[in-house]
Amino acid sequence: MNAMPDPALAADDELRQLMHEVESGTRATGFHAVKLDRRSFLKLTGLAGGGLVLAFSMGREVQAAAAGAGEFAPNAFLRISKQGSITIYSKGPEIGQGIKTAFPLIIAEELDAKWSDVTVLQAPVNPAVYGRQSAGGSRSIPDSWDQLRKAGAVARAMLVSAAAASWKVPEAECTTRDSAVWNGKRKLGYGALVARAAALPVPDGNAIKLKERSEYRLLGKSYTGVDNRQVVTGAPLFGIDQSLPGMKIAVFHRCPAVGGKVRSVNLDDVKKLPGVRDAFVIEGNGKPTEIMPGVAIIADTTWAAFEARKRLEVEWDETDASKDSWSDFVKRAAELGKQPVGAQTLVNTGSVDEALKGAAKTVSGFYTYPFVSHAPLEPQNCTAWAHDGIVELWSPTQTADRALELVAGALGLTADKVRIHQTRVGGGFGRRLMNDYACEAGAIAQRYAGPIKLVWSREQDMSQDFFRVGGFHSLAGGVDAQGRLIAWRNHFITFTHDGKAPSSGANISEQEFPAQNLPNYLLSQTMLPLRTPTGPWRAPRSNSLAWVIQSFLHELSAAAGRDHRDFLLEVMGEPRLVQGGLNTGRAADVIKLATEKAGWGRKLPEGHGMGLAFHFSHAGHFAEVAEVSVDGNKRLRVHRVVVAGDIGPIVNMSGANNQCEGAVVDGFSTMLGLEITMEKGRIEQSNLHQYPMLRMANHPRVEVHFIQSDNPPTGVGEPALPPVAPAICNAIFAASGHRVRTLPLTKEGFSV
Amino acid sequence: MSALTLRVNGKERSADVDPNTPLLWVLRDSLGLPGTKFGCGMALCGACTVLVDGEPIRACSTPAGNLAGKNITTIEGLAKSATALHPLQEAWIEHDVPQCGYCQAGQLMSAAALLARTPKPTDADIDSAMAGNICRCGTYQRIRAAIHTAASKLAGSKA
Repeated sequence: MNAMPDPALAADDELRQLMHEVESGTRATGFHAVKLDRRSFLKLTGLAGGGLVLAFSMGREVQAAAAGAGEFAPNAFLRISKQGSITIYSKGPEIGQGIKTAFPLIIAEELDAKWSDVTVLQAPVNPAVYGRQSAGGSRSIPDSWDQLRKAGAVARAMLVSAAAASWKVPEAECTTRDSAVWNGKRKLGYGALVARAAALPVPDGNAIKLKERSEYRLLGKSYTGVDNRQVVTGAPLFGIDQSLPGMKIAVFHRCPAVGGKVRSVNLDDVKKLPGVRDAFVIEGNGKPTEIMPGVAIIADTTWAAFEARKRLEVEWDETDASKDSWSDFVKRAAELGKQPVGAQTLVNTGSVDEALKGAAKTVSGFYTYPFVSHAPLEPQNCTAWAHDGIVELWSPTQTADRALELVAGALGLTADKVRIHQTRVGGGFGRRLMNDYACEAGAIAQRYAGPIKLVWSREQDMSQDFFRVGGFHSLAGGVDAQGRLIAWRNHFITFTHDGKAPSSGANISEQEFPAQNLPNYLLSQTMLPLRTPTGPWRAPRSNSLAWVIQSFLHELSAAAGRDHRDFLLEVMGEPRLVQGGLNTGRAADVIKLATEKAGWGRKLPEGHGMGLAFHFSHAGHFAEVAEVSVDGNKRLRVHRVVVAGDIGPIVNMSGANNQCEGAVVDGFSTMLGLEITMEKGRIEQSNLHQYPMLRMANHPRVEVHFIQSDNPPTGVGEPALPPVAPAICNAIFAASGHRVRTLPLTKEGFSV
Repeated sequence: MSALTLRVNGKERSADVDPNTPLLWVLRDSLGLPGTKFGCGMALCGACTVLVDGEPIRACSTPAGNLAGKNITTIEGLAKSATALHPLQEAWIEHDVPQCGYCQAGQLMSAAALLARTPKPTDADIDSAMAGNICRCGTYQRIRAAIHTAASKLAGSKA
């Protein structure tokens, strides 16, 4: 081969870096401030009126616009008009996690705004002004909490100063509530204070005392999403709904085996088809995260473009393309799993071999879970327009901040030549942490004189994913004569793209539970080479590891004849913080709450069973109890799932509950029947008939309970998902005696 | 290509399209009605559900040429006016149903067809009527609750 690094491998390394960034709340620095032209800015912010001075970077323009309109805007997060209307800018991508409602609520709380006075707009993309503008790792709330509280508190302090000055009273005698400053029974609405407040110097947000939780008026209650009226009336909010004058539709056809290149294609035939404007080959840079080789078609309508794609005849050069085979992986993993210890030992505490020999009971099991697709309901798409030396994008992305430099690099531009408008996102789940569709759209737009909208088909969306990686665990464990957990050995068979480190989402932490909760623990791994792209999928790693670990823990407690709740609490031990952030006290509290609310231990009808599981991820402690029934034909019904979580104080109770309800459905849907397989490098599932997501008739009843501790608030988009699968599998065992060790459940003969 | 006339949301609309073009793309690309969503293109997900003479159909798999003379209702036409939402839309907001929101236009259209036929639906009626609509975010429990709420309100307003 050659000495150049394989771009596909480099892309996987970037994906690992991306996952690290989204989970740690850090990101690469070096984002550039960019400017929007006035027309785009007005369109984006919904502002009207003249006198705007656009000499500032985006975001600062919010303030410039406010000043031009005689409004009060102490920072880029909010504006207050003389009429008292309050506009709050939500800086992060709305991907269904409810952040466009939650972020403004945090600002409004410190501002003491009346929620009905607030209008929410999507902020411009400019990380130099707003900081992180990504949705991933359940980091939005913890990363932005202080920033947003200060943004509101600064404005409130200035309004208080303005009111105190107009009344000639000390500020200490003024209070705020319902968008007004009060002094005894007299009040001045925020609108009336705009002119005076706008003339004041902006104080340092770090010097202002923020509210105690007991002082909250808005946070912790239920609010309907700020865009819900537009959603239910069909307003064009999403990426795929974008439309520009003269816009054409583009499709981009790639090799079905990742890494294949275009050898020849019948471009001349395709260009003659009705409605087709142009067709051309894009070589790409070989990175699945950016631009893979393929054929672009530009047509007048989506249907014309889709029909034209059916007429493409491409001969692919698959010399360097993926040859991955799931059936082969399964065979090799089964063979490797016979070895108790893999090629690399990651953790070796105590003496597992001796402990297993001395154990009163031992259990072993081989667990298998498949690759899965994100399958957001809005297929990947992006609108792009190359004009005036820049490329302007309207993109449903989870990482608008990161996309600026990524897209610019892929297009051979500097980041100041790329502008990104954030649209609402029709489902993220981690898929849109990647911006490959935006790179493709930009590259196509660079070759066309006018705006284009790239639209992927469902088939492309399903096969050109960065999949949740599959994996295998060969486990052994032991309990002593008192039924206590004393030994745990795991040979993890996973995947690697570069031969050095596990693929994105395919690693296991040395601190992964229960590493620090028992005396004898041996964790090792063997990596199989992989070409199929993998990436973060809702609660990366945790979404599969929790199933394996919490199921096997139940195998051990069942072997010991113990009540699983007691066993799990015993494994947690004394309340303490262990490495990785697990707080065993908070864990015990949610385990107790979930089991209490579920009626753990009560008599159930024949064929029914309850299962319990706990998992800590994304800074959230979650325990869940599932109640299921299984009949003689392995027909499964999940009647109810009780969720107990501790993520600190809740911002929007309705939003938090909704995330947990959705996580249960997502978790059940995925474990029940979803599986991506590949042979000869080709993904075998093409559309939803082969990827049957859960439907209305089979959703469990979900009940959610939160412990609103005084710990700092953390995210809820992900951590409720990992316990779902083990809770349901443990319940299946309780109901039927069948231990599920292979997912999806349909592989073991279950149906709903 | 030919001029095709369709009756959409009570108005005669004309589009210069091949009559085999699925209704979905006529609505989205030619008539400027993007509320009806593209999800799968194979009538599997229900995101493109619209009503044709009151019956829910999947617009992604229905040639527009078959629909001349029929009454087509899309999500943009579900409310009687901008100020008078359909009781289902109100219930959707009240229950804070949407997460990403992408499927909800299709969910609402299926639910509207259900209530028009079965004003007081049981859970089994809901299971059956909504079986063609996937919500990837998993808002089924809230959709169910919102349908019951809207049904109660409709029954109340008629009493």
